[in-house]
Amino acid sequence: MNNAELNPIKDRSMVESAVVGNKGVLRAQLIDGFKRDKFIIFCFSLLLVYLLASLFAPVIAPFNPYDLSQVDILDAELPPLWEEGGDPRFLLGTDAQGRDMFSTILYGTRISLLIGVGAVLLQTLLGVAIGLTAGYFGGKVDSLLMRIADIQLSFSTLMVAIIAAAVFRAAFGEELYGELAVVILILVIGTVEWPQFARTVRASVLAEKQKEYVEAARVMGFGSSRIMWRHILPNTLSPLLVIFTLQIANAIIAEASLSFLGLGMPVSEPSLGALISSGFEYIFSESWWIAVIPGVVLVLLILVINLLGDWLRDMLNPKFYRM
Amino acid sequence: MKDRQELPVIDDQEVLSNTGQSLGKKIPLVSDTLPLLQVKELKKNFDLSGDLLDQFRFRGGRIIRHKRYIHAVNDVSLEVMPGEALCVVGESGCGKSTVARLVMGLLRPTRGSIYYRGQRIDKLSEKALLPYRKKMQMIFQNPYASLNPRMTIDQALLEPIRFHNPDMTEGELRERKSEVIKSVGMDPSWGNRYPHEFSGGQRQRISIARALMVDPEFIVADEPLSALDVSIQAQVLNLLRKAQQQRGLTYLFITHDLAVVEHFGSRVAVMYLGTVCEVAATKTLFSTPKHPYTQALLSSVPRLWDDQPRHISLPGEVPTQIGQPKGCVFQGRCPHANDRCRRYSPQLNAQSDGSLVACHGIEEGRI
Repeated sequence: MNNAELNPIKDRSMVESAVVGNKGVLRAQLIDGFKRDKFIIFCFSLLLVYLLASLFAPVIAPFNPYDLSQVDILDAELPPLWEEGGDPRFLLGTDAQGRDMFSTILYGTRISLLIGVGAVLLQTLLGVAIGLTAGYFGGKVDSLLMRIADIQLSFSTLMVAIIAAAVFRAAFGEELYGELAVVILILVIGTVEWPQFARTVRASVLAEKQKEYVEAARVMGFGSSRIMWRHILPNTLSPLLVIFTLQIANAIIAEASLSFLGLGMPVSEPSLGALISSGFEYIFSESWWIAVIPGVVLVLLILVINLLGDWLRDMLNPKFYRM
Repeated sequence: MKDRQELPVIDDQEVLSNTGQSLGKKIPLVSDTLPLLQVKELKKNFDLSGDLLDQFRFRGGRIIRHKRYIHAVNDVSLEVMPGEALCVVGESGCGKSTVARLVMGLLRPTRGSIYYRGQRIDKLSEKALLPYRKKMQMIFQNPYASLNPRMTIDQALLEPIRFHNPDMTEGELRERKSEVIKSVGMDPSWGNRYPHEFSGGQRQRISIARALMVDPEFIVADEPLSALDVSIQAQVLNLLRKAQQQRGLTYLFITHDLAVVEHFGSRVAVMYLGTVCEVAATKTLFSTPKHPYTQALLSSVPRLWDDQPRHISLPGEVPTQIGQPKGCVFQGRCPHANDRCRRYSPQLNAQSDGSLVACHGIEEGRI
């Protein structure tokens, strides 16, 4: 259990045992559990704030951190408002280049979430297609696809991402990389972690395939893809939902790590990870806010997503559901 | 048992002639004497040996590839005549359900052939099978698993007919759906409910309705009653019989319940360990069972008037089906087995009353 809390995604058996209930019952149970748990309401509201803030970042932010004409180097390293020497124009202070931290964090959260959700959507697409195929057809197809998944899992996400990013930079240059950084990060993180989805889907498909409604569909003469996507997939959605949530947190962490290492988003368009990285140099020169504030924002975001994912898993698993 | 006593007992001949008439109206028959479904020397092995790597054994200084099979169905030959209900009975694990799945193309036979109206269907691709899918339908054992929990009743019923008749209008579809759902004794307004909102008996009616939606002429029912309680069994059985009379259906009815067979079947095939022991008209089988296994099976049915039951208790256990069977499958437990039975497997032979029996003892007049 301890291990599961530390790293929920690794504890796959629990995710897979999330039982597929009936649609109506499930929905009622979720809403009911949601209303009763104040902490989860708080987490959900916080996530909603994050989502709205990143969606409406251009409206909310007092400055546009990408617009160099709005940045004045003379404003560099101003502390937050509540510290001595704070400037009323800059709520959370400014960074080493004089950018408003509040605006930069808003835009950074936007990029982090965009990469996280985009990468996980790609993972879902790949993972579901491969997992469904492996589970439904079984035999040699299954063995082959699952061995590929094993190989993929044995490479760490960061290693593959570093190599991919380095190769791209070497081949197309820094400038093009800067322009396409978001797309490249989505592609890299998305293609590396599909086995998580593939394995979960496969396990559910193996269980569903035994049931007679699949045979009934075959007797009707339906083709394999129709049976897979229309009949089996809807019955495997509950564990998928859990994985989906938890993987978003993972993808955001992966992006932040890459950016912190200087391989992710460029400094001109920083994500939360890139902001922490750029502030890291100043942390001992008393400008702690450049690294710490984005760090707190990132940690809160990931914590909230993980807590929601854990809660979802518990709710979808009747063994954990408390009346 | 009381519920079953109330079933209308219809003479086998009557059923045949009734359905023959309605058949004649609906589907142009080639000939009434030509079997609708014909299964010839059907054989199905299931591979038990696992992965390729697991198959290699090191034995006596050599590496041998070792394969193990379960011989689930061995040389089964059956004929189903139009309009009849052929019941297949036998104990658990005798291959009844495998025969049903082979006939429906859910499994591919290892050897042998299956003919539908004289056309061979066991080698056809899924696409080539499509026209047969409309004619042959299946009802499953467990009504809790045979309906997709994420599909409403309407979706479950309309999907097959939309798939097979893409040019049917929405109105025709709705009309057909409410006709079928009424004929199974359900309310058409329940269509947007999910399967979990229904009881076992209702669900089984829904699966029957789903099978009837595409207007089939042949239905394989794989123990459709065994998951239901007795009072519901009678209702569903009556429903199946009503559907047979109204729509001119032909059934291949898999069951282990002899009371159901006696009421429902026009002919009975008795299976033991993957082979057919005896095929006979229901009345003939129940009055004069010939094969020693059939005799033992029928003697196990408790009767109300049985003051002094004379159960035939068979010695030993049902042997394993792993490995090639040798001789008659029943020889290990048969009180009449001799040397010939242990060496050669018997073929189905026609008897004077029209039944088919696979037994050396009967052939030789020993029994």
